[in-house]
Amino acid sequence: MSPDRRQILGWGVAAAAGAALAPGIRLIELVQARSPEEAAAALHRWGLLIDTVKCVDCDVCVTACHAENGVTGHARPETDAQWIRKVNLRDKKSGHAQTLPLMCQHCEHPPCVDVCPTGASFKRADGIVLVDKHICIGCRYCVMACPYGARSFIHETLSGQKPDVPRGKGTVESCTLCVHRIDRDETPACVEACARDGGKAMAFGDLNDRDGAIHRRLRAEASSQVRPDLALNTAVRYQGL
Amino acid sequence: MKQHIAGFLVLVLLAAGLAAAGENRPGRVALPAINIEKGEKCVAPVDEMRRNHMKMLAHQRDQTMHRGIRSTQHSLKGCIDCHASPKTNSVLGKDGFCASCHAYAAVSMDCFECHSPAPQRRAGGAAP
Repeated sequence: MSPDRRQILGWGVAAAAGAALAPGIRLIELVQARSPEEAAAALHRWGLLIDTVKCVDCDVCVTACHAENGVTGHARPETDAQWIRKVNLRDKKSGHAQTLPLMCQHCEHPPCVDVCPTGASFKRADGIVLVDKHICIGCRYCVMACPYGARSFIHETLSGQKPDVPRGKGTVESCTLCVHRIDRDETPACVEACARDGGKAMAFGDLNDRDGAIHRRLRAEASSQVRPDLALNTAVRYQGL
Repeated sequence: MKQHIAGFLVLVLLAAGLAAAGENRPGRVALPAINIEKGEKCVAPVDEMRRNHMKMLAHQRDQTMHRGIRSTQHSLKGCIDCHASPKTNSVLGKDGFCASCHAYAAVSMDCFECHSPAPQRRAGGAAP
């Protein structure tokens, strides 16, 4: 998609806004609530920063995600949809144990998008990787291509979906970073739940916003990606791994 | 002459038969139930909505999915919020706004394989 006139104007405004009058003072704030009529812009790149040291042995993020998105199972763990899961790591020699939530890493170069034969798997301008279920044919190439095992396939007819989160048999799905919440300027359900009932281990923000909390922490503290060797430049970063 | 009379009789009988069929028609063919539950008028005149609602929905669908534009004027959620029956809380079912017309026109729709036919409930229990 070639950038349209409005988008280029937007970049210009953003560049002007980025030039600070004085440290910390800007003409136009970078992070502003987007109106419903406005398209998602490449100005932002939404991401998560997860501190595995603070991540405790609970699953409030998983419960909150599945409640928010209406992800229900049939008590068949092998085929039930899983948008986010807790992964437990244990060093065999020292016995050091860690636990962390793992979901779609919203890569800058997503393998799921590379392999999709119909263009259903795509990356939105603001970096969120999604499945357009209107054109998904359910081939599951993306399920195989994802190195994080983040994608699920819906095997059975569903009912009682959430109005914000359409889901249906024969299509692939994964974490959307709660795109419907981001579009109304809210944080993803997992982050909200972790801050409320969990270990306050998850932070959500704009990786492009130099004044944002996430950018500041990534700049100042050590962090890592899962499988950095694949050079996918993930938007979900971990600390303490 | 006899042939002429017979021909005329056949014509009269045919016309009577057609008229009778015409009178019975509303009884025999189930017409769609179009119950407008909320709001005084739609986002476009009725004629245009009947002819083009699918185009509006398909356009809005791509705008929302790929560009994150969530204006409600032509969104499926917008339709459902106004047109869902307060009794069944749905646009489907026998007298449902979408289902009854689509059944009448014999056009199947796939929207509700994935989308919820119920209006969104915000915290507090009321539809927006």
